[in-house]
Amino acid sequence: MAIFVNEHTKVIVQGLTGGQGKFHGLRNRAYGTNVVGGVTPGKGGQDVEGIPVFDSVAAAVKATGADASFVAVPPKAAPAAILEAAAAGVRFIVCITEGVPAQDEARVYATLKRDFPNTRLLGPNCPGIISPGRCNIGITAGEIAQAPIPGGKNVGIVSRSGTLTYQALFELKQQGIGVTTCVGIGGDPVPGTSFVDCLAEFQNDPETSAILMIGEIGGSAEEEAAEFIKAHVTKPMSAYIAGVTAPAGKKMGHAGAIVSGGKGTAQGKMDALRAAGVQIGANPTEAGQLMAQIIASLS
Amino acid sequence: MDLFEYQGKQYFAKFGIPVSAGDVAHTVDEAIAIAERVGYPVVVKAQVQVGGRGKAGGIKLASSKAEVQTHATNILGMDIKGHVVKRVWVECASDIAEEYYASLTLDRAAKQHLLMLSAQGGVEIEDVAAKDPTAIVKLHINPIIGINVATAKKAAADAKIPAKAQDGVAAILVKLYDCFTQGDCDLAEINPLILKPTGEVHALDAKVSLDANALFRHPEWQEYRATEELDDRERLAREKDLQYIGLDGKVGIIANGAGLAMSTLDVVSQAGGSAANFLDIGGGANAELMTAALEVINFDTNVKSIFINIFGGITRGDEVAKGIVEAMRRVELRAPIVIRLDGTNADAGRQILLDAGIPASKLVSKPTMLEAARAAVDIANAKVA
Repeated sequence: MAIFVNEHTKVIVQGLTGGQGKFHGLRNRAYGTNVVGGVTPGKGGQDVEGIPVFDSVAAAVKATGADASFVAVPPKAAPAAILEAAAAGVRFIVCITEGVPAQDEARVYATLKRDFPNTRLLGPNCPGIISPGRCNIGITAGEIAQAPIPGGKNVGIVSRSGTLTYQALFELKQQGIGVTTCVGIGGDPVPGTSFVDCLAEFQNDPETSAILMIGEIGGSAEEEAAEFIKAHVTKPMSAYIAGVTAPAGKKMGHAGAIVSGGKGTAQGKMDALRAAGVQIGANPTEAGQLMAQIIASLS
Repeated sequence: MDLFEYQGKQYFAKFGIPVSAGDVAHTVDEAIAIAERVGYPVVVKAQVQVGGRGKAGGIKLASSKAEVQTHATNILGMDIKGHVVKRVWVECASDIAEEYYASLTLDRAAKQHLLMLSAQGGVEIEDVAAKDPTAIVKLHINPIIGINVATAKKAAADAKIPAKAQDGVAAILVKLYDCFTQGDCDLAEINPLILKPTGEVHALDAKVSLDANALFRHPEWQEYRATEELDDRERLAREKDLQYIGLDGKVGIIANGAGLAMSTLDVVSQAGGSAANFLDIGGGANAELMTAALEVINFDTNVKSIFINIFGGITRGDEVAKGIVEAMRRVELRAPIVIRLDGTNADAGRQILLDAGIPASKLVSKPTMLEAARAAVDIANAKVA
């Protein structure tokens, strides 16, 4: 098992003929992801290295039966692309686009909730999702992820940060620990999928034995996760929160990573997670080591 | 991107929110000219992005040309908590009957817009919240529904704003919502929102923060970028299109990815040091980017060591190493580099750094983030012999 995406997921790439879409779409296919089509208005009928291109998501879904979409279009076009995919019946949408205005994100989120409640959006501004050995949608380098060990204890990862996610994947691989699914929810103010959404899925996934979570300063998503963990998560967890030393009032790269009005500090998030029974690493390496200990104790 | 008060008021005015007649002045003569035009008495207000202007003497009432001259002379060039006043806003003084508070932000937890309204304005809203949380009405607004006059008027009534002011407040709230949404604000705040003895409602201050991601549809924002208060390092970084924030420490930081860069600051602190900056060079750590990053770090005279923390995902370690070697040929560095290179092709990358024959006094490679942090901090904290 894996959460959200697996070997049966059929993926189309919106923006397949553009630079990012082509690069990552082809990489995802090379990894073994079932990439069945691409969408670029006006380029229907063409193909990108054998992947058929369609004029609209609706046409692509009709021809291929795709149930997931990888949105790799510029910020101006991303909101419409997401809503087009949802309207065409795509159930899982991954948007890697960085730089989508917060007002657009809020409107897209509200529109999905009202009109397409069964559609899940991951992102925008996220690295994507990988169920190692099964499906990789987004920009994660597949070779740094260890596929689940059959009969072993495997870990689910959920993270707000791209590079730290890769680091977590890499460290677990070094230790021979398999990963069921690694979800990068992204660092923007209104992410389509939250920590809580992923934690709920991991809790229900029989193949996932433990959960590694990577958060960062800003907002209250980690605090909400802590509340949820306390009430609903029985699987052991380790976590790391980036930005302990970040000064208040400065956005640390991600649009959402800012400590403002004394809220969203790393310390507050760590305290909340610790109170929920999560083991906290002082740095990403330590969080990985804690997870290795957890897995060793379960085996 | 935070706006100055004068920019915020001009931004409000575009959306029809009433503000006092006034203008911005860079010189005493300009200030006098504005006062003569709008009519006395006027208020001369220091334009700095820091609280406590009034207490510092940066806001003064002037009833005559001579008083404007005195106050503008004193305020221009004044240092308020490290911010030097380059401009003053001169506006027609307002008679105030009552002071309210209104703001719009995004509530990230609720994923909706949040209107905050209070009949107790003119003081810090945090103080009101601490003293009497019931004095603040919080209303969530669905971004695809918005707010109409009736809802706004009900919010005003709920906030115990007197009946005589409710229509005026509601009209402003609807316009403030337009400004917040169409104007792509992260924050649009009026404090105080005043009721005049004549019954008009009016924004006496403006605090506006814009969402930099929306710059592509607001070409008019270029003028705001020009006046942003950046230090020299940050200005250079912006020219080079780097995600850089200047800090006060001695360890220069270069990392790929915002999360890893934040994490690098943390481990440097855990190792007993302090970072000179936050710098995310993103995914493609090639020679051009690395050169630009090192140039910006090198510009900072406080930097005593440079910690390059790279995790190769799609970016391959060997390419990163080539970039660093090439960048070191182009830039004469003031401080040694400690590098931690991990992830895809990291071994090949470390070999390239070794083969380049860079002396250990200029570049040290460490296998883990923590060891690299310790080494960088040791160098930065070493007493000069």
